[in-house]
Amino acid sequence: MSNIVDIEYNRVNNTTSTDFPGHSSGEDFSWDIEKFKNNFEIKINSFNEREGNFDLINIDTSIANAFRRIMIAEVPSVAAETIYIFNNTSVIQDEVLSHRIGLIPLKVDPDVLTWVDPSLDEKDRHTDENTIVLSLDVTCTHNPNAPEGSTDPKELYRNAHIYAKDLKFEPQGRQIEIFKGRPVVAADPDILLAKLRPGQEIHLRAHCILGVGSDHAKFSPVSTASYRLMPVIDIKEPITGQEAKKFQKCFPSGVIGIKNDQAVVENPRKDTVSREVLRHPEFEGKVKLGRKRDHFIFNVESTGAMPPDEIFIKSIRVLKSKADQLRNSPISQ
Amino acid sequence: MVNKRKASQITREGMVTDEAFQPLLQETYKGKKLTDQINTAEDKWNLLPAFLKVKGLVKQHLDSFNYFVDTDLKKIIKANELVLSDVDPEFYLKYLDIRVGHKSSNVQSNKPVPKEVNLVPHHCRLRDLTYSAPIYVDVEYTRGRKIIVHRDLEIGRMPIMLRSNKCLLDGIDDKQMASYDECPLDPGGYFIVNGTEKVILVQEQLSKNRIIVEADEKKNIVQASVTSSTHERKSKTYVITKNEKIYLKHNSISEDIPIVIILKAAGIISDLEILQLVCGDDSNYQDLFAINFEEAAKLEIFTQQQALHYVGKRVKTIRRAGAPKLSQLQEGIEAIATTIIAHITVADLQFREKALYIAMMTRRVLMTMHNPKMVDDRDYVGNKRLELAGQLMSLLFEDLFKKFNSDFKANIDKILKKPSRVSEFDALLSINIHSNNITMGMNRAISTGNWSLKRFKMERAGVTHVLSRLSYISALGMMTRISSQFEKSRKVSGPRALQPSQFGMLCTSDTPEGEACGLVKNLALMTHITTDDEEDPIRKLCFVLGCEDILEVDSATLHSKGNFGIYLNGTLIGTTRFPAKFVSDFRNLRRTGKVSAFISIYTNTHQAAVHIATDGGRICRPLIIVDKDNKSKVKAKHLAKLMQGNWAFDDFLQHGLVEYLDVNEENDSLIAIYEKDLIDPSKTNITHLEIEPFTVLGAVAGLIPYPHHNQSPRNTYQCAMGKQAIGAIAYNQFRRIDTLLYLMVYPQQPMVKTKTIELIDYDKLPAGQNATVAVMSYSGYDIEDALVLNKASIDRGFGRCQVLRKNTVTLKRYPNHSKDVLSGIRVDDNDHPIPPHASLGIDGLGEVGTKLVNGQVYVNKSVPVNAGESVLNKTEPNQSTESMRETPAYYKGAEPAYVDQVMMSVSDNDQALIKVLLRQTRRPELGDKFSSRHGQKGVCGIIVQQEDLPFNDDGISPDIIMNPHGFPSRMTVGKMIELISGKAGVLNGSLEYGTCFGGSDLEEMSEVLVKNGFNYSGKDMLYSGITGECLQAYIFFGPIYYQKLKHMVLDKMHARARGPRAVLTRQPTEGRSRDGGLRLGEMERDCVIAYGASQLLLERLMISSDAFEVDICNKCGLMGYNTWCTTCNSSENVIKMTIPYAAKLLFQELISMNIAPRLKLGDVF
Repeated sequence: MSNIVDIEYNRVNNTTSTDFPGHSSGEDFSWDIEKFKNNFEIKINSFNEREGNFDLINIDTSIANAFRRIMIAEVPSVAAETIYIFNNTSVIQDEVLSHRIGLIPLKVDPDVLTWVDPSLDEKDRHTDENTIVLSLDVTCTHNPNAPEGSTDPKELYRNAHIYAKDLKFEPQGRQIEIFKGRPVVAADPDILLAKLRPGQEIHLRAHCILGVGSDHAKFSPVSTASYRLMPVIDIKEPITGQEAKKFQKCFPSGVIGIKNDQAVVENPRKDTVSREVLRHPEFEGKVKLGRKRDHFIFNVESTGAMPPDEIFIKSIRVLKSKADQLRNSPISQ
Repeated sequence: MVNKRKASQITREGMVTDEAFQPLLQETYKGKKLTDQINTAEDKWNLLPAFLKVKGLVKQHLDSFNYFVDTDLKKIIKANELVLSDVDPEFYLKYLDIRVGHKSSNVQSNKPVPKEVNLVPHHCRLRDLTYSAPIYVDVEYTRGRKIIVHRDLEIGRMPIMLRSNKCLLDGIDDKQMASYDECPLDPGGYFIVNGTEKVILVQEQLSKNRIIVEADEKKNIVQASVTSSTHERKSKTYVITKNEKIYLKHNSISEDIPIVIILKAAGIISDLEILQLVCGDDSNYQDLFAINFEEAAKLEIFTQQQALHYVGKRVKTIRRAGAPKLSQLQEGIEAIATTIIAHITVADLQFREKALYIAMMTRRVLMTMHNPKMVDDRDYVGNKRLELAGQLMSLLFEDLFKKFNSDFKANIDKILKKPSRVSEFDALLSINIHSNNITMGMNRAISTGNWSLKRFKMERAGVTHVLSRLSYISALGMMTRISSQFEKSRKVSGPRALQPSQFGMLCTSDTPEGEACGLVKNLALMTHITTDDEEDPIRKLCFVLGCEDILEVDSATLHSKGNFGIYLNGTLIGTTRFPAKFVSDFRNLRRTGKVSAFISIYTNTHQAAVHIATDGGRICRPLIIVDKDNKSKVKAKHLAKLMQGNWAFDDFLQHGLVEYLDVNEENDSLIAIYEKDLIDPSKTNITHLEIEPFTVLGAVAGLIPYPHHNQSPRNTYQCAMGKQAIGAIAYNQFRRIDTLLYLMVYPQQPMVKTKTIELIDYDKLPAGQNATVAVMSYSGYDIEDALVLNKASIDRGFGRCQVLRKNTVTLKRYPNHSKDVLSGIRVDDNDHPIPPHASLGIDGLGEVGTKLVNGQVYVNKSVPVNAGESVLNKTEPNQSTESMRETPAYYKGAEPAYVDQVMMSVSDNDQALIKVLLRQTRRPELGDKFSSRHGQKGVCGIIVQQEDLPFNDDGISPDIIMNPHGFPSRMTVGKMIELISGKAGVLNGSLEYGTCFGGSDLEEMSEVLVKNGFNYSGKDMLYSGITGECLQAYIFFGPIYYQKLKHMVLDKMHARARGPRAVLTRQPTEGRSRDGGLRLGEMERDCVIAYGASQLLLERLMISSDAFEVDICNKCGLMGYNTWCTTCNSSENVIKMTIPYAAKLLFQELISMNIAPRLKLGDVF
């Protein structure tokens, strides 16, 4: 069977891989590490602080999907979990403010923290090893130097808008050394938390702990991690002239080029598989759309706690430890 | 020049009243620049915001109330101006003037009158007070020999309608609104009575003083009826057929009077004249009517005298004691003059007008007898009148004012009766005693909704309703609601059916389901309800326009062919031979503003009549006038002026470009819906052009995107559900302390808006969120409309809402000078507060921000033990303050709540009033109800981890998965188009429109999708989150606006093992609020019996319910007590057995009725 997922007008065919032992007679699809080593390919397209794009080629869907799932839900990161509010006279309610603080991605290396033991009493649960304390102490006052006739609250008052950057790191115990020179800050400093007016104040302390995305989305290190399959455009019959121009327009720019008045596939990667071409009767039978089932174009968007490559590596580590755990469990003996 | 000045005035006023219309005056309005080409076909909708700017959605309430306080009150005073004494003929008191809210001295010609209301409206809400203003009267009365004029005498307080011209909020800008803690988007139009917001719903009824002809073909009865309504009385007169003969029927006359006799009694003695007046020269009618002369001849009644005797003899007389007895003749005269068709006043015994009226009724009956199609339709909107707050208040006030005057009279009579007085009698001293009556009467009527009017012997309940503040839309929907007087139980479909004449006047979609279906209606977006206009000037105008006075018309020519009768408010005032010219002349006068814009005129060719209506309560709406050569009078240049802000809506009215039509006149016109229809050569007689077709819908139905693509019941369902959606309520929502308040934490304006949404500011106070929806099957937890929710979305704040609940505690004072007090916290040995008092402050009140769990106290109130003791026999005065009993208010609820606000105030009677607002923040959970804007509701069936959900090429996973089975049978195509438009809007960065009969074009939206690399049909290729493979079908995927409805599992979940029992029956209590049991009912019992599970039956019905051990004497079969049979006086045969306590009760009750139920016991085994 081919490894191309068929994209038809109103359905998708051949979505499932069949290369497992015993699927068809005469063919042996048993797992071979050497074969995998030879075939498997990683292509890195781009990586920066926030976004990573890379290809995994010749790998089974289940593995690729496992990476995606783990990156979303099981790579640990740090987020505020408990908020102790001493005073909050702003219009925003305590619960809502806490929720907003919880969702702020923090720039902390999750490896420096250990897990909090929830079985312990609340008093003993948090230590300098597993908890980061942030505090927010703001009071809004009138700005005596406000320009005449201004109506902008930012000019009229001080601390009218409270942002994520106003959260102050309070190192506890050994954290002074550990976090020397790299204090815990919000990954995006300009997340609006609350708006204040003169006389209103907020005093709170946030305990940030390690957690995983499956527990709460705030612990997910990615805003999204996903993949798409590599598009394949197969021109069966030559498309020429005016039709070629129209054909080209059915795809995003750069996908189809025209050479010698004939449409040719230039860069299928840029295609979004909108299937627009299948809507036009003149192209019926002339083109076949598909996607490579074992070519995954990953896109990882980090929330900012760690770079996307680190998230991916960690997802491999998590998968590996899961496999180890499975191997060591009684059922696999 | 003149116009320009006027326009600028209006815009200035407009700015003051409503800053929401500011964008209208800015350079770009809704994406359009002033310099843009103006297209009349597309831009004429701009008249709509201009209309709403002047009128607003609740203008009908405000207009009606303003009319009441400014005009109607003065009329009432005029009608009841004199108070005389039976004792002292010298004495009189005369009311000169009445004012609400300001003193006479404060009236200056150019300055606005300062408003004298008791408090800011919001304080009234918070402090449980009534928002009211004083009613001042000027009186003139005699004191001894002197005549004294006293100004500004307060006779009571009038509840003030918010935003009416007596309200503090009238004509202030948004900033001032904010300083009063008031929301600028709040529509007003309601009252605040004892702290609750009360709306007087618009009442729909059959028009008064108009003839309605009905026929019962089975019984062969035709009847013409007229309900006469004057300030004094209400009565109904019928002209009916009985055995082909015509009679007049009236409640105060004991038997039906032959019509000829009544006409003779009314002064038409000649049979010929009767025939001329009733039938004209039509031989068909003459043949039908002839029989009636025989009857009168048989009874030997030929003269007026005889006829009056005949009538007088049959009048039911209810004379008040003391009134002189009248002769039969006088009774007859009185009946004709005052009781029959009471709304036509008779002066100097000139009965002719009334005779003509009766003759006209008879003629209508004859016409219907001849041609049964000539009946009137009761359900026709043109035959209906809407009664508004002002009219109802005026009825109430007049009743109270009459009572006030009679009480006052009785009081002064009592004093004047005394032969010698020390000082000179001053009537004003006794007038003040009763001043509370009017205030209390008004307050009570509005707060209970019971309108009881002594003069009409009317008792109407449920007139007022508490303004629903569930969402902004529910409050707005309530202000446009119309309730019908029809009984809900009657099984007639007529009044409930959709009437074609509702078009543009009443919303076609917004009506409740079930019992009130079709009886409760809502106003359409662009309607106006008229107030009463003066009749006399119009009458004079008619005569000027060539109407011949009816009193001078010869009876013989009255019904001659081509002679049209002119009817003013249903009464024949004259005739004309040129009805078309008369009507067009009249209309021209109205269009030039010489006559009030709300006076309607129309021709009825079947009745050969021109009807003019000036009465209040007619629904009307503005339309663009089309001139003779089929061209819209509103041209691009006019719209340009409007958009530049030089013109307001009233300018269009004054220039005769737009006019108001009521239902009757609308029926006499040919209205084109689109400008393109004007070009149609086959239609040459088009008179008007619709401003915008989407105004057939009301404010609530206007929220639905693409409603014209939906199956109509779905739109109706959405109208009901939109009112239950949780969202933002008002800008002052956090300042409000309502009994129950639902708020959404992150409400969003819809991606697909409608023009209505912008007009009613739903985009500023939205109730819902734009959810990314995948229409697909997932997991089986989505059958039967259940929804699959994304857990990550919920974590990030989707559907999060807050519930705020008010708890009121009053600290009472008792007659013995003891009073309730707040006791502080109780502490344990370590000086920590005891657990139930953990969230209290030292003052015994819950601290703001603290958490309350079940059983914790938020107000620690103590009441004196001996509060009932009287002051007199108090033995130890000091002890009363010391012996107190704690009666704390403690929190009940499975989930904890937080103290949001604590308010302390003083109520009316000097008692401390404490309101504690408790808050819960809830995230969506299994079983919470959601709905899109297309009547598609569903509960959350499962919450799924984000990684398990399908995702598209961009990695987007849905917030909600909706089962596709929701579509085929419901046919909500609008929802699908909403998804595509919404998706296109997201990709384009624009908000799209789904306005009814318009909106963003589907084809264009699909092109946007393609341009952005998505599929034309909105169906995306998705990957399964679980396997990672592609899904084999393409999934319809995009944003749809979802509302979270107020029905949440947390408020409904209930289970019980053991718990409280009812006192009387000892059976488990009923209902969630009482922690009740779940009933194994009759039908369930039947199943258990049929199955034969006798032990289960015994357990369910007795052992787990009200098992009771009794002692039964096997000898006498009666119940004994404590192993002793009191009947047999022995314990010999007493046996213990278990029976249901209810059975024991039954036996005892039977015994009390002298029935002895004896139990005969036998061994089973």
